Amino acid sequence: MAEVALPSTLSASVLYWTAPVHLALHIPDGFLSLPISLVCWIVAIGLIGLSLTQVQSDYQERAVPLMGVCAAFIFAAQMINFPIPGGTSGHLVGGTLAGALLGPWAGSLVVAVVFIVQAVLFQDGGITVLGANILNMGLIGTFGGYYLYKAIRFGLGRDTWRGMLVGIAVAAWTSVVVSSIVVAFQLALSGTVPLGVALAAMVFWHILIGIGEALITVVAVSFVWRTRPDLFYDPPRKVLAGTSRYSRAR
Amino acid sequence: MSRTSQSRNRAFVIAGLGVALLVAIFLSPLASPDPDGLNRVSEDLNFADREVEEPPAQKLPFANIFDGYALKGVPEGVATPLAGLVGTLVAFGLAWGFGKLVVRGSGPATERDSSSYIEDSEQPPDRPL
Repeated sequence: MAEVALPSTLSASVLYWTAPVHLALHIPDGFLSLPISLVCWIVAIGLIGLSLTQVQSDYQERAVPLMGVCAAFIFAAQMINFPIPGGTSGHLVGGTLAGALLGPWAGSLVVAVVFIVQAVLFQDGGITVLGANILNMGLIGTFGGYYLYKAIRFGLGRDTWRGMLVGIAVAAWTSVVVSSIVVAFQLALSGTVPLGVALAAMVFWHILIGIGEALITVVAVSFVWRTRPDLFYDPPRKVLAGTSRYSRAR
Repeated sequence: MSRTSQSRNRAFVIAGLGVALLVAIFLSPLASPDPDGLNRVSEDLNFADREVEEPPAQKLPFANIFDGYALKGVPEGVATPLAGLVGTLVAFGLAWGFGKLVVRGSGPATERDSSSYIEDSEQPPDRPL
């Protein structure tokens, strides 16, 4: 039963038990209908296009190395499926992480790169549904996750450790649960599975997987907060006074 | 700009990329083999067979090199760590290169001290890429 998604060659069966081939929210080719895939492509391309113009006008070159590091870390972390009670697993999706560090614009470009590499090089996530995967696992976090984190952090105190921590944790968890809801709708609208059962099943598992997302995101963001707070898209103000930002006009 | 901040940036990139590589190489074999969220749901709700047999990615030349997150033609124990190593470096390089292309070239202004930053924000620079 666990083998259904794989070609039944010996190497593939061996591989299945040594490495996860498909990761948490990655939709494979065939799960979504053509119209739904197209709508997702259009939304994803639109938001990436918007991000491109924003990064062009708004970011300085010092953001570039952080984009590389962020993509490398998210790619690596996505390989590590953590076990969830009940015989399921999950892994970081990283949208909120990229959004909090780099802002929604450069963050979106970074997550798009990660999902393109996964789909093209490693056959993880379908190519025809790449738009949906970028949207679900990336852009929901880089936009929705970022603005939720920012609202909470600025509400609790922009420069406080507590504000950052609570904002990141809540936003990371919420983005994963929202993503699972969006995936359930995409599956249902594609006629793959009825909405009710899809919603119940997806949300149930991702409430748990989201906890892992929150923990990993908090650890990664805390590391940057302690070592290089000036690298944040929204740096603490005391840091802002002494060093430069990479975003000029906000 | 200062040398200190430049070397601090280099240290951050090396540390960040280093952590990513360590995770991809040494933790990837420990990843849980259990089906992930969507896989589990697709099995429980009986729509896993909707996945196409021969996805387009299998027809790309990269499919001759990688079988999922496993490098082909190497011992099983190192196949996934090597795939992780390559993938992490490719993601790093592509995102860096992409960023470099998109971010308006600011040449040596990669690092600025606060005074030049303020000038900058008042007069948006109009430098060519």
